[in-house]
Amino acid sequence: MAEKDTGWDFHMFSPSPVYLMRRRVVDVVMRGLLFLAASVSVLVTLGIVYVLLSESLAFFAHVPVFEFLTDTQWTPLFAQTRYGILPLLSGTIVAAGIAMLVAVPAGTVLAIYLSEYAPPRVREVVKPLLELLEGVPTVVYGYFALLFVTPLLSTFLPVRGFNLLAPGLVMGIMILPYVTSVSEDAMRAVPRHLREGAYALGFSRLQTSLRVVVPAAFSGITAAYILGMSRAVGETMVVAIAAGQNPNLTFNPLESAATITAYIVQVSLGDVPHGSIAYQTIFAAGLVLFLITLAFNIIGFFLRRKFREVY
Amino acid sequence: MTHLSGFREEQIDYAGLITRAKRGDLLFGLIGLVVMMIAILTLMTLIVDLALDGIPRLSWDFLTNFPSRRAAQAGILSPLVGTTLVMLVTAILAIPLGVMAGLYLEEYAPKNLLTNIIEINVTNLAGVPSIIYGLLALGLFVQTFGMGETILVAGMVLALLILPVVIVATREAIRAVPGEMREAAFALGADKWQTMAFYVLPVATPGILTGAIVGLARAIGETAPIITIGALTFIAFLPPSPIQAEPPFLNFQWLNSPFTVMPIQMFNWVSRPQEAFHINAAATGIVLMGMTLLMNGLAVWLRYRIRRQVK
Repeated sequence: MAEKDTGWDFHMFSPSPVYLMRRRVVDVVMRGLLFLAASVSVLVTLGIVYVLLSESLAFFAHVPVFEFLTDTQWTPLFAQTRYGILPLLSGTIVAAGIAMLVAVPAGTVLAIYLSEYAPPRVREVVKPLLELLEGVPTVVYGYFALLFVTPLLSTFLPVRGFNLLAPGLVMGIMILPYVTSVSEDAMRAVPRHLREGAYALGFSRLQTSLRVVVPAAFSGITAAYILGMSRAVGETMVVAIAAGQNPNLTFNPLESAATITAYIVQVSLGDVPHGSIAYQTIFAAGLVLFLITLAFNIIGFFLRRKFREVY
Repeated sequence: MTHLSGFREEQIDYAGLITRAKRGDLLFGLIGLVVMMIAILTLMTLIVDLALDGIPRLSWDFLTNFPSRRAAQAGILSPLVGTTLVMLVTAILAIPLGVMAGLYLEEYAPKNLLTNIIEINVTNLAGVPSIIYGLLALGLFVQTFGMGETILVAGMVLALLILPVVIVATREAIRAVPGEMREAAFALGADKWQTMAFYVLPVATPGILTGAIVGLARAIGETAPIITIGALTFIAFLPPSPIQAEPPFLNFQWLNSPFTVMPIQMFNWVSRPQEAFHINAAATGIVLMGMTLLMNGLAVWLRYRIRRQVK
């Protein structure tokens, strides 16, 4: 069939083959580059696992795992070396535990208030303020803990100098915005009709919040706690500045005790030769920290995913 | 009566129920308000405490002097320059890499196991404590690759640290670009990459920028990973200038120079017993807080503008 003459030369509009070829090459090359960029994150994880494992394996060749997990002394930098992680763990748990005692109740109340009570205008002011609170450098929080909160506490508690209570409280304030915003997201994801049903049954606002919204958002709120805990466990500068550097197997928050992170900082500031056991200890301690936070993060990840899937 | 209807008729005090429910509502509203006030008050206290301690120390001399053993003459010139250069490296690495990875995950990634792994991995990396990144840099960049404690290594580790922030922000910004936009571009004959480069990315740029600023603000305040790679705390010289009079005018020796950054300088001064150094620390903290709050404020403002545009 002969083409009808429309008076148009359609080749005028079709791109040249050279252009099409060039464009195809660019498209394919970019696709590959983008994939490579996305893979970098996987390489980072592999790098972390490789470094922690290889140095820790060298460490565990000298120190039996059993001794590492059960010995009650941690003195790798002293003449009498003992390698028990328990004192560092106890410090970490106490400091993070105090932080959670602050952040969980306050974060939950704040999240309920912001999501269910506050007028939109209040929320619009408070949320950016909380974000600013999240942006304060941790070293500034450390300064605050050591030079403001500790002197304040010592006016009515028997604390002197370094202690676990002040950094714990300050870390609680520090993770509060995070716990609040993750819980609030979860509560906001609860569909409106659940609330309206509750109101129709004559529930008050508080009853709706506590008996309908909070249970419906439960997995998301739990995720907020767990992810907050993970942050408190991994926080470094506040405890390195205000909690002291002596490993101390204690659950008394008024005492000074090093955490895992504070120990890593202490060793990094000194001149520990590469390849020595003291150098390897920070990777073994880091591995413990990584495993703890990884466990928290995985649980938190699935809890968060769960609340997203239900609605 | 009771035996006739089969129901036990109770005298329900509806008025009392409602009063109690309303009282509970009011009480919780008040509690929420109080908790919110306490959180904001704490932020205020932190800022005021830092300002009272440090503002008298702030002066042009403080910004242009080198750190010194004599507290009254010490300044933050080398940390200020160090922070600027490290941030430059971080931005140059993290922003393109993060945007490309985000673009891949949002627009290109097929739904398969590998994509799933990358996504879970990005979420998990966002929760890894910053000090673990420091151990990665120490074990891999400094020791295995022999790169030393340089500006380049610090910039690299901070870039990896904020990569998840940039990726997540990019994905959210790209997701917010209306689908019609892509369809219009395809209908005009653009291929995938052209659609992305000339239509989607430009529209998503403000959102991506917001995320990048938040990430960089976080990187400025990060202390732990830089301490871990073994950065020196006392530096009384500047890295070689990036610009020179002779061709080729640009000089990259500064990348391999030893350095210090502001959070490390602040940590160093906080950790000393003398009060005069604490005042220096407070002054450094003010400069640091000023920078992060400025950047975070910029990001909040940008986000606010985007939201208004979308409406």
